[in-house]
Amino acid sequence: MKSTNSIRSIIIASSLGTLIEWYDFFIFGSLAVVISTKFFPQGNQTVAFLSTLATFAAGFVVRPFGALFFGRLGDLIGRKYTFMVTLLLMGGSTFLIGCVPNYATIGYWAPLLVLILRLLQGLALGGEYGGAATYVAEYSPSSERGFWTSWIQITGAAGLFISLIVILITRNILGTTSFEDWGWRIPFWISIIMVIISFFIRRNMEESPVYSKIKAEGKVSKNPLKESFGNRYNFKFVLVALFGVTMGQGVVCYTGQFYALSFIGKVCGVVNQQTDSIMAIALLATTPFYIVFGGLSDKIGRKQIMMFGILLAIIAYRPIYSEIFSNTECSKKIEITEKRKTKITSFPIEGSASRLIQTTVTTSFYTDGTTMELIKKDTLLSNGIVKENKEIKKSITLNNTSYWTIVLLVFIQLLFVTMVYGPIAVFLVELFPAKIRYTSMSLPYHIGNGVFGGLLPTVATYLVTTAKSENNPEWYLNGLWYPIIIGAVCFVIGMIFLNKTNNKTED
Amino acid sequence: MNTLKKYSGIVWIVMGIAVGYFNIIIMGIPKFQTGKQDDLVFGIVNMFVLTPIVVGGLLIFGYYALKGEYADEKV
Repeated sequence: MKSTNSIRSIIIASSLGTLIEWYDFFIFGSLAVVISTKFFPQGNQTVAFLSTLATFAAGFVVRPFGALFFGRLGDLIGRKYTFMVTLLLMGGSTFLIGCVPNYATIGYWAPLLVLILRLLQGLALGGEYGGAATYVAEYSPSSERGFWTSWIQITGAAGLFISLIVILITRNILGTTSFEDWGWRIPFWISIIMVIISFFIRRNMEESPVYSKIKAEGKVSKNPLKESFGNRYNFKFVLVALFGVTMGQGVVCYTGQFYALSFIGKVCGVVNQQTDSIMAIALLATTPFYIVFGGLSDKIGRKQIMMFGILLAIIAYRPIYSEIFSNTECSKKIEITEKRKTKITSFPIEGSASRLIQTTVTTSFYTDGTTMELIKKDTLLSNGIVKENKEIKKSITLNNTSYWTIVLLVFIQLLFVTMVYGPIAVFLVELFPAKIRYTSMSLPYHIGNGVFGGLLPTVATYLVTTAKSENNPEWYLNGLWYPIIIGAVCFVIGMIFLNKTNNKTED
Repeated sequence: MNTLKKYSGIVWIVMGIAVGYFNIIIMGIPKFQTGKQDDLVFGIVNMFVLTPIVVGGLLIFGYYALKGEYADEKV
């Protein structure tokens, strides 16, 4: 067994690469709102946003295929070489997304190229995570496996956190106009530097001791896919892992990390800088809890912690999101009407000198320090008639109290993420035997996360938009039905079917 | 617990069928007929990604449970 020092260096080397892959993957999600205006036809903001989310979701949907392809490779040729390939594939795709010209320049080639690169990112991530989790777990002593693998679990939140920080810094340095014009490409380009560094660190790592042992003994699986999914005994564990854990974990994680971001920014209309910083602070504050719950799972078991996290999430989501919304709702605040400002500007539409776009910006100030900007863009026809646009963009700058209240609320729902996500790598590793572990654990993880979790923003945005158009009084909470229902089904299955001890590790 | 695991198999099979009906008949096909692009995106994701995984997975899972594959002595 390796000493604590060598485990530390293994954790650092493998976590760094995984962190970069998560950064690469999340940078697209964090910039979804800006990207929707660059690569998709303009005119209908909701369609553009949904199309981007669909592209974003496409990256998730192919993750299970990456899990199958690279998982098989990892069980056939080894963990180390496989996650070297995934690292390079991810880094290259991310860098190239930052180089694709806009829709205005190359037309439909733009969304097509972005979609292809996004699919490659999804494939790479599908192969990366299972490899890193397996690699670290196979180096760790069995009594501390939850603690050590939880470091890999941090990389997801850390990747999202770093992506938000890089965006915040870039936006602040360049200013909003330059950032939205071309500066959004910088976070994609930065990735290539990090990938090169990580590649050289990983190159010097040794193969996992467990894999080396089964290879030396000639016990390597000849057909990992068949042994994983064609064998009923193993396949039933794949199903229980999917429906009893990863499905719920996927929706809890993506509600906490992505839907919260989309809800505060798009549904509540809070300005980008505040939305990003709220998420960044809450993510940073919850990071140590991945280790806490991973370590605790070594003492009291994986199942209890993960199931309790899912239960808390499904009970608390509606009150938490209702409170976030009420903190940003200006109709309940008192406006200082004498301070209200209205600014009207107009400029000609490209290719039509006789028609103008008239932009009306109304800024309202409230007694509690909140500021709200309403931006309305109408078309001014040559005969003087104004063709009104029903879409009004709301932009709210929160006061200090509301800001920190929302940070606290986001922190609480991210705690549920740490409870479910901290122990899951070790749980999955221990559920399957070493010779088919990479393949078997990767598929349920990436279906749970990639499909159930990855589709959450698309489905939830659709549910909110539909409820709003039907004048549902609680339209803003409707998106939560998706994680609540899936989480509840997962909780019931997990409580009945998961065993407290189901350890198939051979080391 | 073994009895509960076994007979809950019926619940998962019924749930699989119900999700299939809801996702295809109520939330699937009608979305392709509205002519709205956002309905189309949602319809595609729902019909061709979520539904096959949820329905297929729940039916097999329910069948295994009903057959007693998850009984304590078999896991």
